[in-house]
Amino acid sequence: MNALPPTAATVAHDTPAYNFAYLDEQTKRMIRRAILKGIAIPGYQVPFASREMPMPYGWGTGGVQVTAAVLGPDDVLKVIDQGADDTTNAVAIRGFFRKTAGVRTTTHTAEATVIQTRHRIPEAPLAEHQILVYQVPIPEPLRFLEPRETETRTMHALEEYGLMHVKLYEDIARHGHIATTYAYPVKVDGRYIMDPSPTPKFDNPKMHRSKALQLFGAGREKRIYAIPPHTDVVSLDFEDHPFKVQTFAQPCALCAAEGVYLDEVLLDDKGGRMFVCSDTDNCEERRAAGHRGALAGDDISRKDRS
Amino acid sequence: MSALAALPESGEEKPLLHVSKLSHWYGERLGCRDVSFDVYPGEVVAIVGESGSGKTTLLNCLAGRLRPTAGVVEYLMRDGRARNVLSLTEAERRFLARTDWGFVHQNPSDGLRMTVSAGANVGERLMAIGDRHYGTIRETALDWLGRVEIASDRIDDEPRAFSGGMRQRLQIARNLVTRPRLVFMDEPTGGLDVSVQARLLDLLRSLVTDLGLAAIIVTHDLAVARLLSHRMLVMKNGVVVEQGLTDRLLDDPRHAYTQLLVSSILQV
Repeated sequence: MNALPPTAATVAHDTPAYNFAYLDEQTKRMIRRAILKGIAIPGYQVPFASREMPMPYGWGTGGVQVTAAVLGPDDVLKVIDQGADDTTNAVAIRGFFRKTAGVRTTTHTAEATVIQTRHRIPEAPLAEHQILVYQVPIPEPLRFLEPRETETRTMHALEEYGLMHVKLYEDIARHGHIATTYAYPVKVDGRYIMDPSPTPKFDNPKMHRSKALQLFGAGREKRIYAIPPHTDVVSLDFEDHPFKVQTFAQPCALCAAEGVYLDEVLLDDKGGRMFVCSDTDNCEERRAAGHRGALAGDDISRKDRS
Repeated sequence: MSALAALPESGEEKPLLHVSKLSHWYGERLGCRDVSFDVYPGEVVAIVGESGSGKTTLLNCLAGRLRPTAGVVEYLMRDGRARNVLSLTEAERRFLARTDWGFVHQNPSDGLRMTVSAGANVGERLMAIGDRHYGTIRETALDWLGRVEIASDRIDDEPRAFSGGMRQRLQIARNLVTRPRLVFMDEPTGGLDVSVQARLLDLLRSLVTDLGLAAIIVTHDLAVARLLSHRMLVMKNGVVVEQGLTDRLLDDPRHAYTQLLVSSILQV
């Protein structure tokens, strides 16, 4: 957010051909305008002139453009993909901004000022000075129920949201409970229905009155939307089938954390499996603090070194 | 042979729908011209005529799906005030269309959501007006499926798995669940075989009388008009050539075109 005018010095010395953070200033200005409009109308999808980015659609082109537009030279960037700092998408985007913006990057949630994410919200509560940027594949929550964009826009404008409950009704009719587990629709600030991007519904409560600014970028669909800090975000439900988040039978196998979102990892071809924190940074910090899960075992690396 | 029951007592009753001098032009071509008529609560009006005579254009203009070039369509709202449908805001018109009105399409896939279950199709209008209790929505859906003679174990099937007649009945249930006062029907029996048509007509007839619905039915089938409607409008080339009580019009047609139409019915 510290948008200093870019100078040659702020751009990484080995890539002089690029403007600070890859995008040219006019483009960033256009994106910032869309972001400001999005913040002014929480949950409303603002169209913007999405650019070609040096990565394929579906890999976070929207998120990258939003990050590029809000990033300043003093920012510290963290990128996560499914909660992990070390997956291809996260590593590549972190590298991209290190190269084109020369900003400091980190894997620690608390240290970061801008966090770009795909499919998760960090477990650690975010603070006022932080911005969470989501990569969004399909911004329109009504898309699979109503294929016409003209119609969905009218429905948003007139607040005709009965159709969203049709989807939840279908879930209950087929599965006996609301089986939507990700991209779970929410109502923002009592007005717009919004797709929170394919985050697990486990993360929905974290969006409610979050202290951090939340920005959503959909590159292929050319939409930006936002949730300003301290905004009400309510997950849709039925009176007799209230919204519930996923629960896990066991704690994280590595750090023994409970009440966090776990990934299932297959261990062998005999049915062995373990559940570990999806948020790798949270897991590492807990282990560093001495928490040990059932499968954490001995610290092999330490033994090897001695 | 006679239509449903006795005509509703008109007396001092205000018309539910008042149409005056309604015209629609598709550029140079005429859709319909100077159509005027009233529909009273509980009355069924049939619009008949050959293909291309402007029946569907007229219906779409009345239902607010098409903006007429000239004319007035006034609807008696639930609060007792008559309002011009054409000057309602889009939000008001859409609200009216999904609560107090129904629209039954000739092709059920135009009026149904083919990818969600029958129960959700019926429940959609309820959820749209703010019903948020799954149990009651489902109960109401079951009740309505029963009324249109769809077995309750089909509630979770998609309409894609339904026969043409079932789809049409489902479409009717979906429209009637909010207890509308006026239903527009565009060839509701089109494309159905004769025995299914008969069942559907029977069903429509009993629903209309039970619920006291007013309906405007577009059809080219005079038998449908005879069975369902109290009054008829005969259209030709975009103009209403004759209108009156169904039995009078069919038994004693006055206009040359109506006479032609009536005499063209195949006698088995």
